[in-house]
Amino acid sequence: MNKLTEAPGHIPHTGHPRKGFFTDTSICIGCKACEVACKEWNRNPHDSEFELLESSYDNTGSLGADTWRHVAFIEQDREHIDKARESGRALVSLGMPGIGPPGAPAAAAGTSPDVDTTPPNTPDFRWLMSSDVCKHCTNAGCLDVCPTGALFRTEHGTVVVQDDVCNGCGTCVAGCPFGVIERRSDGTAGVKGQRDFTPGEQAPTRNVGVAQKCTLCYDRMVDGQTPACAQACPTTSIKYGEREQMVSTAKERVAELHAQGLTEARLYGANDADGVGGTGSVFLLLDEPEVYGLPPDPRVPTADLPRMFKRAGLAAAGMLAAAAAAFLAGGRP
Amino acid sequence: MTVSDFDNYRPPEPPRRSKRGGKRRRAGAGQGPGETPMVPEAEFTSYYGRPVVKPPPWGDPISAYLFLGGVAGGSALLGLGGQLTGRPELCRNSRLAALASVGIGAAALVADLGRPERFLNMLRTIKPTSPMSLGSWILTAFSAGVGISAASEIDRMTGSRLPLGPLRKVLRTIEGPAGVEAALFATPLSAYTAVLLSDTANPTWNAAREDLPFVFVSSASLAAAGLAMITTPVQQAGPARVLAVLGVAGDLIATRAMEQRMDPVAAEPLREGAPGRMLAWSQWLAAAGGIGVMAGGRHRPVAAACGVALLTASALTRFGVLRAGIRSTEDPRYTIEPQKRRLAARRKAGIVDDSITTPG
Ligand code: SF4
Ligand code: SF4
Repeated sequence: MNKLTEAPGHIPHTGHPRKGFFTDTSICIGCKACEVACKEWNRNPHDSEFELLESSYDNTGSLGADTWRHVAFIEQDREHIDKARESGRALVSLGMPGIGPPGAPAAAAGTSPDVDTTPPNTPDFRWLMSSDVCKHCTNAGCLDVCPTGALFRTEHGTVVVQDDVCNGCGTCVAGCPFGVIERRSDGTAGVKGQRDFTPGEQAPTRNVGVAQKCTLCYDRMVDGQTPACAQACPTTSIKYGEREQMVSTAKERVAELHAQGLTEARLYGANDADGVGGTGSVFLLLDEPEVYGLPPDPRVPTADLPRMFKRAGLAAAGMLAAAAAAFLAGGRP
Repeated sequence: MTVSDFDNYRPPEPPRRSKRGGKRRRAGAGQGPGETPMVPEAEFTSYYGRPVVKPPPWGDPISAYLFLGGVAGGSALLGLGGQLTGRPELCRNSRLAALASVGIGAAALVADLGRPERFLNMLRTIKPTSPMSLGSWILTAFSAGVGISAASEIDRMTGSRLPLGPLRKVLRTIEGPAGVEAALFATPLSAYTAVLLSDTANPTWNAAREDLPFVFVSSASLAAAGLAMITTPVQQAGPARVLAVLGVAGDLIATRAMEQRMDPVAAEPLREGAPGRMLAWSQWLAAAGGIGVMAGGRHRPVAAACGVALLTASALTRFGVLRAGIRSTEDPRYTIEPQKRRLAARRKAGIVDDSITTPG
């Protein structure tokens, strides 16, 4: 990544390790406890007219200004399951780096003799459930393009909006390769400082017109607490901790699944060499990322910014030259 | 797929909105029995056809700003040229045009903020990674020069009746340098908006990053020249006519080059639908305006008509590009297909260590 692009390593750390999530979708039961816990803790307004979206049990839709955890539901038949397994196997056979947990090389691909590597019987039907969240990217597009500095990197390596600074220009919305951050337009919820609102009465919405997204529960984190979603998750599908720890847990888990023949398992965001420098929120997926609505090859836009500046400079010089030529060739007044 | 007896009571499911590679439905699971399976193209399943990236909350005020910022930049250049080559009317009209367009443009920009009362936060910091931040500073610096030089013009037009007192002398002395200062920031003002759009995850704008600045500066040049041809008598508008022709040539060439060098899928929104029609009209109008200037630019009515055509062409370009980008976020295919293709291309080239998806 070029020098312009911001990354957690750029700020002098105060001795805090970088924190992150590991969302293991293979054990998610789709209870949406995380969605609810997030809304409650962050006092986020509801964002729909309570309509049914005809997308399995997902009636939330997508991440946005008012939804910081979103549980995706995908129904798949045998053909899709086979395809997912096949694409996972292809991924393994590409010989990408970092297969298996550290210290147990090659076991992932199923070469260990005492593990039964025959794929388990393919079920006729499966539900994929995945709790999506802001990725807290290593090279965050939203943060880079924010003109006011409202988006900043916390001492925990996460990306947070300062809602009293943001002027709602919306540049970050376009800058995020994952479609996470959004400008809040309206809603109904109360100010956090005034928690004791009258029950049953509509509390006022805060931060209207301002960009909003997951803060990884910055307010809980500074007190050493676990983010609301991770705390509420009954199956430990959402794990929270130091990012390095999360990545190695993820690698162990994917190796375990591969050893069971579930080659469809793969990690998303655990690679520091990817287009966003790796993500703070790592996922274990059971199919291609786009099936879950995730981009297959995200790239932080500022990675190409020096080149864009160069092209713009060239264009500006061209315009200047054209104007000069116009006056040279424009005859006498 | 019945999993329990109770499912018998379910009403029949409506057809899924899930898209397989967008509009072209491909052979695969769940397709009609009459379809013959074809060679599978780069197939993907999206999440119920829902967008992957979000559109920025930018509407017509931002398009108007892109247009007016270009007009202002080009006008400041014409103003400086008029100032240096002794064309007082071209100089005056261009300075006033620059002030008016930058003023309205900035107002449109503020109006589109979620919290307009916090617009000064734009100048809270200078951030090289944020084209919006750099652009705000460019706009501020530009406005300062344009404001001073235009104020002096207004004072002269009103017969020195502005209540300036001793400041009048100062104003007259610095109006020249102010015009130079404005012209210094004029080309960055016209070009940065292209970077602002391209430095995003928006599939169409980002894919256009190589050539969009050239489209935008050409569009700015022809628009400002068009405006000068309307406001200024033909005797002094010679440079404006040349600039108009150069701008048209640049616009036509750069737009072609942009569409050809972009990812073909990401370029589709520039060709299809309402934005596509706007951009096509913009090209025709620009060409007509350019030809008109060359054929009859020395006749005031023809020059004025060409000026209107060129201004319209520029406005259509800006509205078209902005809306095409917004549209490209509506269908996940514009995000997913180019990304899958570039990932596959890298893998084919033997680069396998930079994928976000890893087997472990
Ligand atoms: S996922 Fe989007 S909103 Fe979250 S840190 Fe990355 S770029 Fe920012
Ligand atoms: S909307 Fe707010 S957080 Fe987003 S880029 Fe603008 S100022 Fe920054």
